[in-house]
Amino acid sequence: MEHSVRLPLARRLGRRTYLTLCGAGFAFLIAPILVIVPLSFNAEPYFTFTEGMLRLDPEAWSLRWYEAILAPENGWGAALANSLLIGVAATVIATVLGTTAALGLASDAMPFRRLAMGLLLSPMVTPIIIVGVGAFFFYSSLGLAQTHLGLILAHAALGAPFVVITVTATLAGFDRTLLRAAASLGAGPFTAFRRVQLPLIAPGVASGALFAFAASFDEVVIVLFMGGLEQRTIPRQIWSGIREQISPTLLAVATFLIVFALLVLVTVEWLRRRSE
Amino acid sequence: MKLASDRAARQVRAGGLALPLVAFIFLSFLAPLGNLLTRSVHEPVVADALPETLRVLEGKWSGGLPPDAAFDAIARELPAARETRQIGPTATRVNRRESGMRSVIVKTARRVARFQSRAAAGEPWRLLLPEIDEAWERPESWQAIRAAGERFTDRHYLNAVDLDRDANGDVVRQPPERRIYVSLFLRTLVVSLGVTVLCLLIGYPLAHLIANASASTSRMLLLLVLVPFWTSLLVRTTAWIVLLQQQGAVNDLLVWMGIVPDDARLSMIYNMTGTFVAMTHVLLPFMVLPLYSVMRSIPKVHMDAAASLGANPTQAFLRVYWPQSLPGVAAGSLLVFILSIGYYITPALVGGQSGQLISNMIAHHMQTSLNWGLAAALGGVLLLAVLALYLIYDRLVGIDKLRLG
Repeated sequence: MEHSVRLPLARRLGRRTYLTLCGAGFAFLIAPILVIVPLSFNAEPYFTFTEGMLRLDPEAWSLRWYEAILAPENGWGAALANSLLIGVAATVIATVLGTTAALGLASDAMPFRRLAMGLLLSPMVTPIIIVGVGAFFFYSSLGLAQTHLGLILAHAALGAPFVVITVTATLAGFDRTLLRAAASLGAGPFTAFRRVQLPLIAPGVASGALFAFAASFDEVVIVLFMGGLEQRTIPRQIWSGIREQISPTLLAVATFLIVFALLVLVTVEWLRRRSE
Repeated sequence: MKLASDRAARQVRAGGLALPLVAFIFLSFLAPLGNLLTRSVHEPVVADALPETLRVLEGKWSGGLPPDAAFDAIARELPAARETRQIGPTATRVNRRESGMRSVIVKTARRVARFQSRAAAGEPWRLLLPEIDEAWERPESWQAIRAAGERFTDRHYLNAVDLDRDANGDVVRQPPERRIYVSLFLRTLVVSLGVTVLCLLIGYPLAHLIANASASTSRMLLLLVLVPFWTSLLVRTTAWIVLLQQQGAVNDLLVWMGIVPDDARLSMIYNMTGTFVAMTHVLLPFMVLPLYSVMRSIPKVHMDAAASLGANPTQAFLRVYWPQSLPGVAAGSLLVFILSIGYYITPALVGGQSGQLISNMIAHHMQTSLNWGLAAALGGVLLLAVLALYLIYDRLVGIDKLRLG
């Protein structure tokens, strides 16, 4: 409130309650994530702050859980390799097909626009268990269960809607006269797209790709139903970690994933500002 | 004429651009869903394993045992099914009609070979099979095989809503101890509604604060919503396990503050409380973001105008602000509700026994009880519910506005 006029007591109380509630709401959102980070440096195999940690005793803090990530027998390296392979391949498919589709959907001549949009976005709201079970049945019948290819295809379908959404949003702000200008200067449709349109919508495409990658990088249910031992990804590894014997190594992995999330967030916000 | 063909050409081009993804979604996403729905009504295992037997059983036989031909056929077909490894799935499906039949079928398939010489010498299977197991002398066993042999069945869908067919083929309610799915669907709806209301109660003031703060504060606060949004779902669930467990930080804090005695630490995880807290946390950004984008467009002068016309803050809020924020409320609530009724991961990890939802039951039938047809039918019912909500969302909000972030 910029007014320096003193508000009546009731309103001040109301305002204070409102701000307290908001503070509690924000704390609820962010505190659980922040707590993970210091706990991952615990020297003891506990999930709570030891007295030594609270006294800031250097003995009570350690990097042992980070060393545990590096031990090959724990399988985190292999899981990361799988996650990256599946994530990148799924992102490439989702981005190419999603961007192409968005170019069509953004055109006012698009036939059955609403139906196509509803169809293409449906993977975002379909309960993941149904997708996982269906994918297991279907890809098994094609011999693609327990293969990287099967997971890549299934993840690409989950990621494509994000690309469609971000690219159609970017295209809404694209000035189509630029394409006509390119055509009048002799560029064919493909050249005009590649040299004029694509550079301008690139931020939208990139942020859609990041969304698609994040969707695959965090996906566990399809991997659970369709993947075998050779396809264990990071989320799959965390899942069995929580299910079987929860170890502080998970907190160290979680800290890495939080840093990854921050990087993605900063990049997406930067891209958004560039495309505005 | 030129214009019309021009438009047609542009239509073809736009459609052509969208086509590859539409085809891809059909193949990689809708085909699996179609496969799932097919499985919920199509069950060919028994029919494929025992075709001859079923052909005899489909003829007229009432009251007593089937004709001798049925005994001969099944004595041939059971060992054959064992060769092709279909005996286990077949036995399981017959067993669902008549318990005890699993072991009867598996045993018979194994032992028929020992009786071949006696059968060759002219002894009828009608008398030999009961020597292997006397279940073959009970008409109920044969009725179970006939029932399990139907290729297309509505039984999984009936089971999914706690119904079944009795021996006469009439639809009846399941016995009380087996009526679990309707109440589980209801529980899922109640939990989803609860999570939606909680998200709205917590999210509304947050979105309002972000929308009305100065530009730099607003950006800062928005980050506090976006960080959890981008953080891995599994990380957030792990965080809640760490915080809420009996030896976790929240209990430690409560004990230290003297609110809870050390020997009576609260159980806040691996039960319904855990499901509620973690789901609300995970879905809250999906409420705040659409609310924020609507509230941002409500002119601030409206509230000042209401005040200058004599409305007190409550009246101004209820009659001026709230109605204008309703599109955001609808968008956020529907999205959170749609996402929660299909929730699987969080209840599976933090829900314990009491905090399981319908998705978890589908996973149970897929992985543990191996009743895939029932899993598919429960999935079909869930899919129908989500589809209905998706259409409502399209009507009220518009699918174009569906943005997860």
